Amino acid sequence: MKKVRGFWFFLILSVFVYGIVQFLISAGMLDIYYSNTLIFIGINIILAVSLHLVIGITGQFSIGHAGFLAVGAYISAIITMKLQLPLSLALVAGGIVAALAGLIVGIPTLRLKGDYLAIATLGFAEIIRIIFLNIDYVGGAAGMQVTHLTTWTYTFVCLFITITVITNFTNSRHGRACVSIRENEIAADAMGINTTYYKVIAFTLGSFFAGIAGGLYAHNFYIIQPSNFGFLKSFDILIFVVLGGLGSLSGSVISAIFLTIVSTFLQNYPETRMIIYSLVLVIVMLYRPQGLMGTREITDFFGKWKGSKGGNSDAAKSFTESS
Amino acid sequence: MEWIQQLINGISLGSIYALIALGYTMVYGIIKLINFAHGEVFMIGAFVGFYAIAGWGLGFFPALILSMATCAIFGVLIERIAYRRLRNATRIAALITAIGVSLLIQYTVIYARGAQVEVYPNVLANKKFDIFGVQVSSQSLLILTVSIILMIILQFIVHKTKIGKAMRAVSHDMEAARLMGINVNTTISATFAIGSSLAGAAGVFFGVYYTKIEPLMGVIPGVKAFVAAVLGGIGIIPGAMVGGMLLGIVETIVSAIGLSLWRDAAAFIILILILLFRPSGIFGKNTREKV
Amino acid sequence: MQQSPLLKVHNVGINFGGLKAVSDFNMEIHQGELIGLIGPNGAGKTTCFNLLTGVYIPTEGDILLEGIRLNGLAPYQVTQRGISRTFQNIRLFNELSVLDNVKVAYHSLAKHSILSSIFRLPTHFSGEKEMEEKSIEFLKIFQLDTFLYEKAKNLPYGMQRRLEIARALAAGPKLLLLDEPAAGMNPQETQELMELIAFIREKFNLTILLIEHDMKLVMGICERIYVLDHGQLIAKGSPNEIRNHPKVIEAYLGEEVVESHVEG
Ligand SMILES: Nc1ncnc2c1ncn2[C@@H]1O[C@H](COP(=O)(O)OP(=O)(O)OP(=O)(O)O)[C@@H](O)[C@H]1O
Ligand SMILES: [Mg+2]
Repeated sequence: MKKVRGFWFFLILSVFVYGIVQFLISAGMLDIYYSNTLIFIGINIILAVSLHLVIGITGQFSIGHAGFLAVGAYISAIITMKLQLPLSLALVAGGIVAALAGLIVGIPTLRLKGDYLAIATLGFAEIIRIIFLNIDYVGGAAGMQVTHLTTWTYTFVCLFITITVITNFTNSRHGRACVSIRENEIAADAMGINTTYYKVIAFTLGSFFAGIAGGLYAHNFYIIQPSNFGFLKSFDILIFVVLGGLGSLSGSVISAIFLTIVSTFLQNYPETRMIIYSLVLVIVMLYRPQGLMGTREITDFFGKWKGSKGGNSDAAKSFTESS
Repeated sequence: MEWIQQLINGISLGSIYALIALGYTMVYGIIKLINFAHGEVFMIGAFVGFYAIAGWGLGFFPALILSMATCAIFGVLIERIAYRRLRNATRIAALITAIGVSLLIQYTVIYARGAQVEVYPNVLANKKFDIFGVQVSSQSLLILTVSIILMIILQFIVHKTKIGKAMRAVSHDMEAARLMGINVNTTISATFAIGSSLAGAAGVFFGVYYTKIEPLMGVIPGVKAFVAAVLGGIGIIPGAMVGGMLLGIVETIVSAIGLSLWRDAAAFIILILILLFRPSGIFGKNTREKV
Repeated sequence: MQQSPLLKVHNVGINFGGLKAVSDFNMEIHQGELIGLIGPNGAGKTTCFNLLTGVYIPTEGDILLEGIRLNGLAPYQVTQRGISRTFQNIRLFNELSVLDNVKVAYHSLAKHSILSSIFRLPTHFSGEKEMEEKSIEFLKIFQLDTFLYEKAKNLPYGMQRRLEIARALAAGPKLLLLDEPAAGMNPQETQELMELIAFIREKFNLTILLIEHDMKLVMGICERIYVLDHGQLIAKGSPNEIRNHPKVIEAYLGEEVVESHVEG
């Protein structure tokens, strides 16, 4: 009930944010530096939210998310650069192939637990990277030239779809099944949840959106190289989720925005950036291991206020149901 | 004949992996933590050795000992500052902290001295022996010999000394060991000290053997040594030695048959195969989670 | 009484690296019965539950539910076929609300697909609504409906136990396995629990197998009792037969559980 109303609020907010930025860009009031930063924020939110589904919701510690980013980036770049097809198609294809990669990686590795799973995903991501390094068709170590095609509109549409799909998935019996796996896998199994199936689904869906982000990422640069997708990239994505709060979608969105801005400021001081990142990560783990938001969502902070006037919510619900 | 030579190269590389893997395995055995920062201890060891030799003009053995001692202290400090609070945290929180510590060390070193590569001075005269037509360098022989001696000393410490017995007791059951009057904190510190000093030695060997060192040099050997530890059965000391040697040999073979670009992938493929088919490693026993 | 049993366990056993945790275990449970499984600590009772529910795969023997072999099925498949359980050390979904804990158990009874949820198709809304209504209905029976939106971890201990039973029941079992449901409860709570068990059995036409150390509870409500010691079945029969069984007395000797609890 509350959630349905939340959706309309989210939709209006999105249109509003998109409209303002798009207006500023077309009116030439936002220079390329800022619009690029906004695109970057969008891509990072997609990455954060897609990994949030795997780690925060399903509790499966993947520290190799950059592998799927790489798949999406390379596949979409092949489609636009080698096959001369449009970007929208490239993004979808990148997502689908990344999802397939997620499926292939997920089915064997998701039997593992905890740190073993983490290490296996790290290993797979590294293998994916080494594969691209060895394919001459995509330029090997030198990388591949890509035209700058990513726009604010593309980014925003992808971002909107990602958040909507993942929120809808989470707030359903399927998402609940995933959360139950995170909370207690043995009990989830005993309640009739096919835990392997849901872990693989979450992983594949997460990989799909990482692939989409890869497409945007590749076309936001002029070149992609295997070295862009190493462990440090996976770590960058991981820190969004861990810092924001394991299990909090809004938490990972907020930390993705915040950290992207911080990184842009520290662009010319990469060492300082890494020192700050790693210090923050260590301190958060030591003093607040559940992350800044824990499993709470930003909307929970308005929860009490909303819940007290529950009368309207049924109206909102029947409205969406009849539409 | 060339194959035997490759085998010897593989064993030399493998003994470096084995020395690092020992630290991983000991720490994992005792506090169930994949100490990602272990690769950085190895890097620090290489740099201490470098400055000792190039800066202060020390010989190989004094530099080796200095580097081992420094790393021992460094390892103990890492545990005290970052890991001790995590004893009751989830394994994942511990793993992420370890990754954080690892990156923190890497980039602090880069921040402090820059990312440039150093070339290790030539402390060991490198003669080539010709044994039955096989070219063997005196360096690899020395590295191999010293590694084996260190491993024998380690076995002695673990099995014959009081601290070794305490280490085994704590890794078996920390609570029970505490109740029996074993000082768990001291024992864990000792484990970090010993493991880190071996990584320090490996760092010096690496510098001497491969001549180039840099602040990010610990990442790949660190991960590979971890693979070696898993391969041998994590928590099992002889497993780490065998795992290290095996990995070194496999990598050398992969390079020798002309697939050197795939060399790094080989370690990860081994890791994944092991995790999937025999997660307890070569020497480990399969255990099931109690419900 | 000659109808075929609901559950038939035939010569089941399992080894843990040399340790025979359970061996040659035989058991027959008929529709509607309430059976007790007792034995000293470490006797292998929980291991039996784990074998029945597919958590462990038996190294020997057969487990049949309504004549269909369960060996080798994953736990979730066993649950879907009609056996659900609680755990000795409570395993709730701590961060989920009381309501959501029960909804998870309803998972396999709902049918709306992932795509219908992602695209918010009508089947999603109707499916979720039905789950919600049923779960609330269900929690009313357990008097937990006042805590619907409370996180499970914030419930007091006794209620957590009750929620775990409610959750297991929501999965729609034919056979319910309860692993020490009264552990850690005071006499008052234990009494309430006994009444609850009798009540749900009546209401849902259930068959129940329970592990319990509280002899008063076991002897009071179970029709038949199986006794395990060192992984072996040492006795079975009515509470009276068990009370006086020499092997049972021997197994419990020193603990004096049987005497003190039953006579006191
Ligand atoms: N996964 C496992 N691996 C190894 N041994 C196990 C495992 N599970 C159970 N055991 C052993 O099997 C034996 C029986 O254990 P079980 O938990 O079934 O006993 P129990 O009868 O339920 O005891 P309690 O009354 O204490 O709950 C014990 O010795 C236990 O240590
Ligand atoms: Mg038990």
